Amino acid sequence: MKKFDKERVLLAVAGPVIALAVAFVLSAIVLIASGKNPVEPFALMFEQAGFSDIQVLIINQASMYYIAALAVAIGFRMNLFNIGVDGQYQLGAMMAAVVGAHAALPAFLQVPLLLLTALLTGAFWAGIAGVLKVTRGVSEVVATIMLNAIATSLIVYMWKPDVFGVKIGNNSTTGEMHESGWIPGIDMGAAGEIYGLVVLAVLLGIGYWVTLNRTRFGFDLRASGASESAASASGVDPKRMVLTAMLLSGAIAGLAGLPILLGDSHTYNLNFPTGIGFLGIGIALLGRNSPVGIAFAALLWAWLDKASPELDFHGYDKEIAVIMQGLIVLSVVVSYEAVREWGLRRQQRRVGAELAAGHVLGADNNTTKEVAGR
Amino acid sequence: MTAVELAGITKRFPGVVANHDIHLTVRKGTVHALVGENGAGKSTLMKILYGMQKPDEGTITIHGEQVSFSSPADAIVRGIGMVHQHFMLADNLTVLENVVLGSEKLHGIGGKARRRIKELSDRYGLGVRPDVLVEELGVAARQRVEILKVLYRGATTLILDEPTAVLVPQEVDALFDNLRELKAEGLSVIFISHKLGEVLSVADEITVIRRGTTVGTAVPAETTPRQLAELMVGSELPTPETAESTVTDRPVITVDKLRLAAPGGKALLDDISFTIHAGEVLGIAGVEGNGQTELVDALIGLKHADSGVIRLADEEITSWATRRRREQGIGYIPEDRHRHGLLLEAPLWENRILGHVTEKPNAKGVWLDPKAAQEDTRRIVTEYDVRTPGIDVTAASLSGGNQQKLIVGREMSHKPRFLIAAHPTRGVDVGAQAAIWDHIREARREGLAVLLISADLDELIGLSDTLRVIYDGKLVADADPATITPEELGTAMTGAAEGHLEHEETPADGGQGAEDEAR
Repeated sequence: MKKFDKERVLLAVAGPVIALAVAFVLSAIVLIASGKNPVEPFALMFEQAGFSDIQVLIINQASMYYIAALAVAIGFRMNLFNIGVDGQYQLGAMMAAVVGAHAALPAFLQVPLLLLTALLTGAFWAGIAGVLKVTRGVSEVVATIMLNAIATSLIVYMWKPDVFGVKIGNNSTTGEMHESGWIPGIDMGAAGEIYGLVVLAVLLGIGYWVTLNRTRFGFDLRASGASESAASASGVDPKRMVLTAMLLSGAIAGLAGLPILLGDSHTYNLNFPTGIGFLGIGIALLGRNSPVGIAFAALLWAWLDKASPELDFHGYDKEIAVIMQGLIVLSVVVSYEAVREWGLRRQQRRVGAELAAGHVLGADNNTTKEVAGR
Repeated sequence: MTAVELAGITKRFPGVVANHDIHLTVRKGTVHALVGENGAGKSTLMKILYGMQKPDEGTITIHGEQVSFSSPADAIVRGIGMVHQHFMLADNLTVLENVVLGSEKLHGIGGKARRRIKELSDRYGLGVRPDVLVEELGVAARQRVEILKVLYRGATTLILDEPTAVLVPQEVDALFDNLRELKAEGLSVIFISHKLGEVLSVADEITVIRRGTTVGTAVPAETTPRQLAELMVGSELPTPETAESTVTDRPVITVDKLRLAAPGGKALLDDISFTIHAGEVLGIAGVEGNGQTELVDALIGLKHADSGVIRLADEEITSWATRRRREQGIGYIPEDRHRHGLLLEAPLWENRILGHVTEKPNAKGVWLDPKAAQEDTRRIVTEYDVRTPGIDVTAASLSGGNQQKLIVGREMSHKPRFLIAAHPTRGVDVGAQAAIWDHIREARREGLAVLLISADLDELIGLSDTLRVIYDGKLVADADPATITPEELGTAMTGAAEGHLEHEETPADGGQGAEDEAR
C-alpha cells in the first residue's frame, strides 16, 4: 500500500506548490502592470536570503510566526476559527513583561513563571470566547474579534504610569524586566543572535504533532474537526471539546510573543510587534495545519518580511512582499480545495480500479472479482 | 410502438465498468420495471438516459429517433422525466411554486400554471392541491408532486427511481393506481426497484440487470418472485429469517417511561417502555420520522431523556455520556453512516478507532496504538469481507456496502452486550446484506440484545423476536413476527391499528410476504 502513501505526499505537496506558483505569477503581473521589472525584485529577495544576518532575522521572526500559527492550527483542526490569537499573544506578552518586571526569582523559577503567566493569560483570554460559545452559542469568530479590540484597550490602560507603565521618553513600556527572566540567545557571531526560545517553538511543534496524532485526546479533536456529528456519536462531548481546544489554542497563542520579549526587548513597549496573530492565520492555512508545513510557511513569511526592505534601495516598493503574502493566502484557499477534491475522486477511482483488478486485501489475488456499478 | 430503446450501452469509469452492453426496450403505454440489486448499475443507466452522463458506447433511441443527450435539459425536451428517490422540493414553497420553479416560461407562475396543474392532477388522479405548502404534505403526497412536476414539463416517459422505498404498503397501492392511470393515457413509465412483489404486481415487462449488464427480461404473469430474484442475484437467495429462538429471561436493556420533548415542548418520544433480553432482537416498525431517530439518540446518549429511566443490565445509565455507554458495551450501527458512523476523509484504520478510542486495541492509556489498530483493521477487513485494496484508503472511496461492513465489524469487535442497529442494511448490496444478517444472528445466539430499526418490513419480520410499532413518538402496537404480514404491519404504521396485532387469515395471503423482497 505504499502507493497510497506516496500519493498522499504528492497531494500534500501539490497544493502549496501550485498556490506559490500562482502567487508568484500574479505578483509578477502586478509588477508589470505598474511598469516595473517583474523578475528583479524576486532576484533581489532571493539574494537577501543568502546573507547570514538576514537568515538570523528570518529565523527569529519565523519562531514567533510558527507559535502563533500552531495556535491557529489547533483551532482549525476542529473547525474552530480562533481569530483572537492576536489579542491573546499581545496580552500574554504584556502580562509576562509585567510579572517579569516585578518578580525577581532565580532564573530557574523566573523563566517558568513567565512562560506560565503568558500561557495562562492567553488561555484565559481565549477561554472567554470558548465559554461564550459553549454556554450561549456565540460564534467564536465574533467573540475573538471583539476580544482583540478589548485586549488592545486593556494594553493601553496597563501602559498608564499609575498602573504598570513606565514612560521612557515618548515610549510607553512596562519597565525593564529582571535579568533572571532573560533568555540568552545562540550567538552567531557577526550575524547576530538567534532567540533562545526558538527551541520552544520547535518543542511546541513536536508536542503538537504527538498530541494530535498519538493521543486519544488528539484523535477526538481531529474527529470533531472532520465530522462533528460522527465525533459526538463516537462519544466526544462536543462542548467540552470546544472549550478544551479554545483553551489550548489560547495557551499556545499566549507564548507567541515570548521569543522576542525574553530574548531581545525585555519590555513590552510601543515597538513590540503587532499583527503576528493575524499572519498566523495565513501561515497555518499555507502549512495545512501540519507542524512541518507550518514551519516552511513561517520561514517563507519571515523571508518575505525580512528580505523586502532591501527593495526600497533599488527603486521597488517593499509592499510587493505584502501583496504577495495576500496572493499566497488567496491562491492557497483555492488550490487546496481543488487538490483535495481531485485527490478524493482520484482515490475513489483508484480503489475501484484496484478492486476490479482483483487486488482485494485478504483475498487470494487470483480470484478476479468483477466490480460493476457505482 | 417503442418509446425508449437503449442498445449496447456501455459506460466505463476509470477502472470500473458500470454498464456493459445494456439492452432495454420500453414500449409506449407500459410500465417497464428495471430490477437489480444495489450497485448493479441501475442508477448509472438511468443517469445516462436522463442525460446526466454520456455513454461510452451504444445508442439511445426515443420514439424511433436516435438522440444524444448532453444534459438533463436535452432529455426533458425529448419527454424524459425523472422522479428522484430523494425528493427535490423546497419545503417552504407551495406546490404551485415548486412545480413552476425552473419552468416559468411554460405557463407562467400564476393562474395559467395553476389551471394546468389542476388539469394534470385531475387527468391522472394525482389529487394535488396547488396552494398548500410542501412542508405540510406527507411523503406520498410529495411524491405525487414530484410526478406532477415531471408531467408539467411535458414528460411522456417517466423514470421513477425506487419510488416505493419511502412508502407504506397502502401508499404503494395508491401509487400503483396512479401509474396505471399514466399508462392508460399512453405514457410510459420506467420503474426502478428491487422489491420483486411490487414489480410483479405493477409492471408489464421486466428487465433484470446484474453486475452492470442486462441478464434477461421477464413477463410478470409467467414469473415467480423467486425466479426473478435468482435471475437478479445470480445465486441462492439469502433470507432474513432466524431459525430458532435464542431469547433468554435475562434483561439487558430496560427502558421505562422514556420521554423526550422538542424545545417547543412537543413530545418526540412519550411513554416508551420496553425490555430487551439477552439473545433477543426487538424490531421497531414505523414510518420514518415517528421518533425512531430520537429513540436511538436517547439510547446512545446523544440526547438525554426529559424523564424516564434506561437500564443496562442492573445499572441505571440514564445520565451516562455516550462514551461511557459505548465503553460499557453498547454497540451502534447508525442510521446515517456518513454523518454518524464514519470519518469519510480519514483512512480505514482511523475509522476503526472511531467510537472506541479509549478501548483496546486502539489505545494504551492515553496514547493511541496505531500499530495495533491497523493490525485489527486488517483482521476486520478480512473477517467481514470488506472489499478494499488496503487499510490506508479513505472511507469515502469504499462502496456503501463495504463501508457498512466495516462499521458492523468495528462494533462487533468490541463484544457489545446491546446493539443498536438502525437500518443496518440500507443501501447495501445483497451479498453484504446477507453477511450483516449473519453477523447479527450469530451475535444474538451468543446473547446479544439487539434493537433493530428498519424500513424494510421483511427484514424486520425476519430478524426480530418481538415487534413493536412506533407512531408519533409512542409505541402503539406489538406483533408476533412469526405470523404478521407486512401489510398488517403497514396498517399499524399509519396509526390505524393499536394494541396487539393479530394476524387474520385471508385466502389471498399465500405467504408471499417473505419472498416479496429480496435484495
